[in-house]
Amino acid sequence: MIWIQALIQGLLLGGLYALSACGLSLLYGVMGAINLAHGDLAIIAAYLAIVVIPIFHLPGLLAFLIVVPAFLVFGYLGQRTLIQATLDRGPLTTLLVSFGVSIVLQNLLLQLFSADSHSIDIGSFVAASIQVNDEISIAYLSLGIFVVAVVVLLALQLFLSRTTTGRLIRAVADDREAAQLSGTRYRHVFGIAAALAIGTVALAGLAFGMVSSFGPTSGSTRLLFAFEAVVIGGLGSLWGTLAGGIVLGVAQAIGAAIDPSLGVLAGHVVFLVVLAVRPNGIAGARVTA
Amino acid sequence: MSTPVPAGSGGAAPPSRPALEVRDLTVHHGQLRAVTSLNLTVEAGEVFAIIGANGAGKSTLLRTIAGLHRPTSGTIWLDGTDISAAAPEERLVAGVALVPEGRRLFPSLSVEENLLVGAHRRRPGPWTIERVYQLFTWMPGRRRQLAAQLSGGEQQAVAIGRALVANPRVLLLDELSLGLAPVVVRQIYALLPELLATGMTILLVEQDVSQAIRIASRVQCLLEGRTTLAGRPADLRPEQIEAAYFGMAAAARR
Repeated sequence: MIWIQALIQGLLLGGLYALSACGLSLLYGVMGAINLAHGDLAIIAAYLAIVVIPIFHLPGLLAFLIVVPAFLVFGYLGQRTLIQATLDRGPLTTLLVSFGVSIVLQNLLLQLFSADSHSIDIGSFVAASIQVNDEISIAYLSLGIFVVAVVVLLALQLFLSRTTTGRLIRAVADDREAAQLSGTRYRHVFGIAAALAIGTVALAGLAFGMVSSFGPTSGSTRLLFAFEAVVIGGLGSLWGTLAGGIVLGVAQAIGAAIDPSLGVLAGHVVFLVVLAVRPNGIAGARVTA
Repeated sequence: MSTPVPAGSGGAAPPSRPALEVRDLTVHHGQLRAVTSLNLTVEAGEVFAIIGANGAGKSTLLRTIAGLHRPTSGTIWLDGTDISAAAPEERLVAGVALVPEGRRLFPSLSVEENLLVGAHRRRPGPWTIERVYQLFTWMPGRRRQLAAQLSGGEQQAVAIGRALVANPRVLLLDELSLGLAPVVVRQIYALLPELLATGMTILLVEQDVSQAIRIASRVQCLLEGRTTLAGRPADLRPEQIEAAYFGMAAAARR
């Protein structure tokens, strides 16, 4: 029974990991940018929530109504200014600048909020759960986050495959120059992709801030888990990202069921094994001629 | 140094403006000068061919006209408007479309999606996706297939279609024949009259001189980024072309 419980917990945790990984995957897939400030942006979203909730008298669960739109705008503007400027100077610049941004953000949070840990208050909902039997219970919050993750990934997938803008995002990801020759304003398209990526980061940060406490440096592990989920799942595939998140979540939950200190380590081991055995990830690489 | 170029460049604008005019264009690739003080005038409705060996600067010239390279100096005029400062995506809207060397389709997009991207900022005109499907009758049946799965000739057809649906005034074709079987190349070049009939002007780059001479109304030969010969195919002798192509121009003609 304990294994089934671990499996369910891991599966649901995987949803959160997939949610925080898809933005990383999108930024890399579309513009080749590896954003090392990814985890810190998620944590900023959580901090923003604890700031705006008292101001607008919002229930904790509805903080996304303000935080996500703010991050969408922030993502677009951030792309058109900072990220684009780094892209114009080569891929290594993007990596280094985002690393620098990560350090700046962590210290800014330390200045503003001290090193104390916080969490987003969502009242009694945090402990509510479905009791399946004596040993298996499923928290509404974990289940809710999993559902949100699947819906977000599905929506992203539909957006990319069915809309004109989504098609342009894929075209630019395939061949930026050819897209320009077809009249695509690629900087604008990059901006939209970045807005979506940063918007999903905000959701992931809010979800994390509800299930766990966070501090100014919590972003580093968020980035690591997101990165692992992306690599396990295979770059460039959203369903691969979901699968990667679930594999990582299940590995951590089963590791933790063996010994509570083994959880994170088990995740890293699975990540390394996948990297060694299937470097393109479990979903494999997309065919690119 | 530079040979005379047909048709007047600069000066007062004549009643019928050239469709495309390149004036005194110099382009660098890093330290290397790829195109040197080049002049080029393409009249509306003609097929103009640039010939020359590998590394003569032909592709660089087309890419610069399309906006992918910034020239070091010189200007590019489309229908009497200076487009030298415009970004590639704005030149498409102005009326210049390039079918790039190597096709450059979007491999993870379907045939139809490739055409839809080509058409998303189309100018008004006769070319639509439906019209492209009439031109290439195999295409509708395979519209959902990924571009990466097509043969070279099929990819070239989609690449041409993707440029056509934007309804360019000037269509730039870069090395259509590269990597294709001769029979496929003939099929593709046989389409040009149909494109001209819709009022398009064509500037193409071709390594295969006999192919270029057969279809072009005028040719200009480049060697190391400079014009070595220009004229109507009928007025040019084979040895003249050969000399210009391989760089014995100065010795052979003067």
